[in-house]
Parts: sequence; C-alpha cells; structure tokens
Amino acid sequence: MIEITNIHKIFNPGKANQVNAVNGVSLHVETGEFVVIVGVNGSGKSTLLDLIAGSVFPDSGSITIDRDNVTKLPDYKRSKWIARVFQNPMSGTAADLSILDNFRLAAIRTKYKGLSVGITDSFKSQVKEKIATLGMGLENKIEQSMGTLSGGQRQALTLLMSVMDSCKVLLLDEPTAALDPRSAEVVLRTADKLINDYGLTAILITHNLKDAFTHGTRIIQMGEGKIIRDINTEGKQLLKQNDLFDWFG
Amino acid sequence: MDFYLTALLQGLCFSAMALGIYISMKIFNIPDITTNGSYTLGGAVTAIMLTHHQPGYVILPAVIVAGGLAGALTGIIHTKLKINALLAGILVMTALYSVNLYIMGTSNLPLINFSTIFNIVKIIADPNRNTFWILSVFVVIITLLIGYLLKTDFGIAMRATGNSESMIRSLGVNTDRMKITGLALANALTAVSGYLISQLQGFTDISMGIGIVIIGLGSVIIAETLINWFKITSVWITLVLVLVGAIIFQLVLAVTLDIGVDANLLQMVTAIFVLLIVSLPRLNFLKGNK
Repeated sequence: MIEITNIHKIFNPGKANQVNAVNGVSLHVETGEFVVIVGVNGSGKSTLLDLIAGSVFPDSGSITIDRDNVTKLPDYKRSKWIARVFQNPMSGTAADLSILDNFRLAAIRTKYKGLSVGITDSFKSQVKEKIATLGMGLENKIEQSMGTLSGGQRQALTLLMSVMDSCKVLLLDEPTAALDPRSAEVVLRTADKLINDYGLTAILITHNLKDAFTHGTRIIQMGEGKIIRDINTEGKQLLKQNDLFDWFG
Repeated sequence: MDFYLTALLQGLCFSAMALGIYISMKIFNIPDITTNGSYTLGGAVTAIMLTHHQPGYVILPAVIVAGGLAGALTGIIHTKLKINALLAGILVMTALYSVNLYIMGTSNLPLINFSTIFNIVKIIADPNRNTFWILSVFVVIITLLIGYLLKTDFGIAMRATGNSESMIRSLGVNTDRMKITGLALANALTAVSGYLISQLQGFTDISMGIGIVIIGLGSVIIAETLINWFKITSVWITLVLVLVGAIIFQLVLAVTLDIGVDANLLQMVTAIFVLLIVSLPRLNFLKGNK
C-alpha cells in the first residue's frame, strides 16, 4: 500500500540550526498492516508521517501510495487515500463548526465540495447512527459546535470522521498524547476497531510503549532519522513489553 | 428625521460590504484592507459606465467582477507570495487608488443627470420610499445568496478554512484557492456597496473609500457582540445581525450629527464608537464582581 524509497528531509540546510530529520528511510507497508512507530523526540517519526501525508515534501526519494507516485502531491490531494488524526485534538476538527458540519466535510473528503446542500435528513440520521457506535451519547448533540466537546471526544470523532468516506491509509500522529489515560484507551480501542472493520492500512506514532506493545501488527523504532528496528508480526508476538523498555534504556 | 432616513438607506447600502467584511474577517480571519479600494472601485466602475449610458444589467455584473478581481489579487499576493494579509491588502488598496483615478479620468464624477437604479426602477411614487424598497430587495437577495452559499458543502469548507486549516487540508481542500475565492467574494460584495452608494448620493468621488473599512468592521463587531450575548449559532440569524449591525452603525452616526456634533469630527466619532463596542464586553465592572 505504501512504498517509501530512500527518503531524505533536511530542515534549514546549511544553517546553524540544520536538522537532518529523515535520513534515508525506505519502508514498505502492506495493505492491512498496522505499523506502530516509536522513537525518542527528534528521531524523525513525525516528519516521516508528515512526508507520507504530504504536509512536508522530501528533498530526495519517492513515495507511492496504492501504486500511485505521490511524492510531489500536496496534502490536500493525498486526502484521496489518507485520513489523519493529529496530536492536537484542535487540528483534526473545526471547533466553531457543528459536529454535523465536521462530519459533512469528512463524508466528502475525497470528493468535490460543490454548491449543493449536502446536509439532508438522511445524512443526519446516517451521522447519528455512526456516532452512536462510539457509545459516548454524542449522537443527540450533532448540532452542537465541536468546540464544546472534550479532547477525548473530539479525537474519537476525528477517528470516526476518517471512515465517513473511502479511506485506505489512516495516519495517527500521537493521537492520545493530549488525553487522560481513560480517554486515550477509548480512542485507541476505537482505532483498533475501525482499522479491523474497514481493513485499513494504519501507521501509529506513540511515545507510550505499553500502547506500542498492545496495538498494531508491526513495530518500528526510529532514531536519528533512520529506521533502527523493524519487527514484523511474528517477531512482535514473541516480543515482551520489557524488551521495548530496554530499547530506550 | 431626514438624518435618520438617510442613515437607514446608507445602512442598507453598506450591508453588502458588512457581509463582505464578515466573510473576510470572521470566516477567514483575514483583516482585509482592500475594502477601502474595492469600495471606490465599485463606485468608479458604476460612474464611468452610467455616464457612458451602459445598461443597468451590464453595470452590476461589471462591478461584481471588478471587486472580485481586486479581492482575488489580494488573496493571490497573500497566499502565493506568502505576504502578510494586512500588507497584501494595503498594497492592493494603494494601487487601486490609481486604478480608480484612471477609470474615472477625474477625481469626481457627478451622476445627478443620469438614470441610476433608483430612478429607473419604480416601485412606489415617493422617491425615498422607492429607494428604501429597492435597497431592501437588493439586501434580501444578497443575504439569501450568501446564506445559501454558507450552507452548501463549499460553504462549510469555506467556514472550516478559517477555523482549522490543518483539518480542512487533510479533508482535501486547497486552502490557498479557498482564501483567494473568499477574498474575491468579500470584495465583490464591497464593490456592490460602492455601486449602491454612488447612485444613492449621486456622485462617485475618488476619496469616498477612505476609512470605509471601519464601517464594515464596526457593523460586524456590533453583530458579533449581539451574537455573543444571545449565543447565536444559526448562520441565518448571524447574517441578519450583520445587516442589523450595518444599520445600527449608521443610525448612531446620525444621532451624533443630530445632537450637533461637528461633521468634521465624524471619522473620530466613528473610531471611538467602534472602540466602545469592542471594549464593552471586556469592561469587567459592567458585569459586577467577575
């Protein structure tokens, strides 16, 4: 599904604050794989995710998604394949818009936003049904503005929004970093369920090693802009949680 | 009483601009100074076409296109050249002064003896009430169009652009193009205000746009204060409040003139009035011991 070939990204080249964020990464992600990426701050994992999403462009190397070369496509054109959940719950939703408006935009992520009114009664009931599956009681609040919800609720809704339209790749950039442990668990459980139900290819970045251990089918450790460990499904099953802690020891 | 009638009519004329400022300032979060120039541009295009006996159904579209181009230019400078929106607006506004002068060929064009929209269209015999009804129809149509637009998928994407750029890009919207379109729309509306005012006052003057953006800002800020007071979320009520804001603003100026304040002080009164509305909700002593 995702093929990354020898990708490099340097910020502020030639200046005193030069950062070699991603330093020759090649990565092949199969359809349906759920990759968890761990690494210390500055190891390049967020930049790698930005490169895949298209909000940052590589200096060299190429990226293909679903056999299409997307290396030069901006983020808003890669939304055809990719849905994203950001670290900051504010980034994935529009606070001043109603839940319904947010879902409407998500439902036409891959489509043209035209001059017709898309929020119909049938669309409303469709959104209510989807939201009810979260079991948070938000289905009766769809006219409320997104900003009135908690961070955990917003992250859960952002996840749900990603499957409102056809989605192949789900990028999760530390989606639980700003949440309390309980909300974090709800969000990750929702992610697991959606990835399973919709057969999504997913990449999760996390600093929480317990989450990295519990979730995903493959685990990658990054350091200094390179992949330093890559453990596949069988390897991950043999892995013990303490092994992960040793990586950072 | 004449003061107040004129104020009401002017308020209606400024409604289009107020809606434009609502779009640029509240929806896109962009302080757009192009307004000063595109307002006069609307007046200039109207004046030169009227004095050359162009038919009314050509003039209005021409005004809309001219204003739209001015706004799009500010948008392109802001998004493509990554120049601060305020500066981009000032640049276009400055250049528009020459453009307007070039279009008009002189600094003042009287329209008294030409057939304006207000003396071609006859709804009622009484000229003042006739003007009132023409303007009302105009404002209602514009409000309905903008209200509908904001309800469409495109409109929701527009509202999200000013609210959460990262989100709307990840949902497949080219935010640069959206901002350019939004500024074009805002300035097209502003130009329509110039079109209406020129015909209402019977002339276009090169300096008629100076400081005009404050009227739009003031109207939107009045509306915003009301929105916060009554916790409005409906798009339609918001738009109506922007119109109400535009009219209140003119009425307050009329009161100022009526109680005998020197007309030369009007711009200062305007500035102080806007300052008052902005600061009112922030003055804590009004809310008791908060």
